[in-house]
Amino acid sequence: MSAETITYREAVRRAMCSAMSEDPRVFLMGEDVGAYGGCYAVSKGMLDEFGEQRVRDTPLSESGFVGAGIGAAIGGMRPIVEIMTVNFSLLALDQIVNTAATFLHMSGGQFNVPVVIRMATGGGKQLAAQHSHSLEGWYAHIPGIKVAVPATIEDARWMLATALEDPDPVLIFEHAALYNMEGELPEDGAPVDLEKAVVHRQGNDVSLITYGGSLHKCLEAADQLAEDGISAEVVDLRMLRPLDTEALVETVTKTHRAVIVDEGWKTGSISAEITTRLVEEAFYELDAPVARVCTEEVPIPYAKHLEDAAIPQVPDILDAVRKVVEHHV
Amino acid sequence: MSDQTTPDRERALHLFKQMLRVRRMEEKCAEMYSAQKIRGFLHLYIGEEAIAVGVMESLRDDDAVVATYREHGHALVKGMSMNCLMAEMYGKMSGCSRGRGGSMHLFSKKHRLYGGNAIVGGGIPLATGLALADKMQGRDRVTVCFFGEGAVAEGEFHESMNLAELWNLPVLFCCENNLYAMGTALDRSESQPDIHLKAASYGMHSSQVDGMNVREVEKAAKSAVDAVRRGEGPRFIELRTFRYRAHSMFDAELYRTKTEVQQWRERDPLANYLDYLEREDLVDDDELARIEQEVIEEVEQAVEYAENADWEPVEELTRFVYSEEKE
Repeated sequence: MSAETITYREAVRRAMCSAMSEDPRVFLMGEDVGAYGGCYAVSKGMLDEFGEQRVRDTPLSESGFVGAGIGAAIGGMRPIVEIMTVNFSLLALDQIVNTAATFLHMSGGQFNVPVVIRMATGGGKQLAAQHSHSLEGWYAHIPGIKVAVPATIEDARWMLATALEDPDPVLIFEHAALYNMEGELPEDGAPVDLEKAVVHRQGNDVSLITYGGSLHKCLEAADQLAEDGISAEVVDLRMLRPLDTEALVETVTKTHRAVIVDEGWKTGSISAEITTRLVEEAFYELDAPVARVCTEEVPIPYAKHLEDAAIPQVPDILDAVRKVVEHHV
Repeated sequence: MSDQTTPDRERALHLFKQMLRVRRMEEKCAEMYSAQKIRGFLHLYIGEEAIAVGVMESLRDDDAVVATYREHGHALVKGMSMNCLMAEMYGKMSGCSRGRGGSMHLFSKKHRLYGGNAIVGGGIPLATGLALADKMQGRDRVTVCFFGEGAVAEGEFHESMNLAELWNLPVLFCCENNLYAMGTALDRSESQPDIHLKAASYGMHSSQVDGMNVREVEKAAKSAVDAVRRGEGPRFIELRTFRYRAHSMFDAELYRTKTEVQQWRERDPLANYLDYLEREDLVDDDELARIEQEVIEEVEQAVEYAENADWEPVEELTRFVYSEEKE
């Protein structure tokens, strides 16, 4: 199998270009996506390739254009709506939560909403509190939407295709720190099954359960743990709703210990949900209390040393794992 | 008075009957609410019938409608059966939204009625998007979006006016200005109470119309819909109207006087249209009695249908959270 080395940014761009080439109903809309080329340069060149009708610059009005995307989806198009950051998506919460998520059920099954909403999430780039938060766990609370979190080059390339084929609203959270990441994209890729978590590294002593930007920190931690003779299994959730509970139970049944790494805050987070599911479904498999590595309960600060201290880092993961592994019942 | 806009007899009676159907259905809804057959919020349109009827007469079947939580009238005159509306208010499975929506969330794919939206202003971006889809797919359909004057305070109103005009979208915005946003009078909440001027500030063609006069509503709507369909971009109509009833069944209505309500009742859209029909010799007593009888029977049948309809089995509660089939 041959592979090509590209960036995560390029992977997302290819996913959009290929979707737009294959299906005339697909179009991109959002702030700065056209003439500017995307605030993270993801859609650079797409305006020239597809024209102003299909790469639509929007005003700074998240609720308006997200709502218009939802309406266009109901009207037979396949919009990809880009929101600059998850923080700005809060201005469109009404449309996402009250319209997109409810329409199918409230109409007794008559109107599905095939919209895809992409946005950047996460910290690590010194963008301070209003551009660095990880709120994907909030969205995972809402029945009626799906929450996808591509952590790898391959998922960045292929998740979008699956999301566009989905008849229901899919939110895709791209970690801002991943756009420059380079990796191999196998040539024989295909749309992925969005509902399945993936084990990126097999292990026997502890499960590192994570998603998105934290996956790479977990893989790095697992390498270091291996040097100490601790075999960590790394599970990438890929989807926060639906959550692949089966995969969670499976990995814990194998390792009997779990550390969840989540860039959201601990209180009321997706890590809280995962912990609870493990307690509900795999309590007797656990040889130690479930541990969580989350963001400190502060708005993310600008200063680098403070930001680094706020969000989960490799040493935090190592500490948590060692405590869990050393725990004896 | 007789000019080219004077409706012929059949058409005139049709307009009257449509308004009467809305009114009698809603009077029955109020009665069934008191009998505890209908629950939740129930927002009645009584007094505003001329708007739904006048606007809908200007539409084709394949045009779309986005409405608010006061949408019984819109749904009925868009062509939905009174049976499925009444069953929905009862919460029955044969209701237009399988009992999941109720009074505030009437939907019909067949009739292109996209709700029934209980978030004030929430349907305006949706209508903008439906219009965008039509434009991008080269269809000459029109989307009509109804909302109250309370919605113009929401950001989504302004965001959508901007987008619709900027992108020249085929959408007609109809603001049903009944002067009270729930219990707050317009002049207590808006620095600019002339609503149509707000749309005009976005460069949109905008007008103000007497919403109590079905002939004027129809004339304005027809002209606007034709322009939208010709690709001339969005249009905005502010329809001045009044709801006789409280905001919802829970509203003690302490914010306005009986005198004010009475003054508006004197401009009743049905009574005044009937006066016009009689003046123009477009209706006689027999016809009127026949129409009344037909409408009363339709309402009674709808109630019977709803009473006898089945409840959706609880086992089906979790259906339709996600689509059951991939495309």
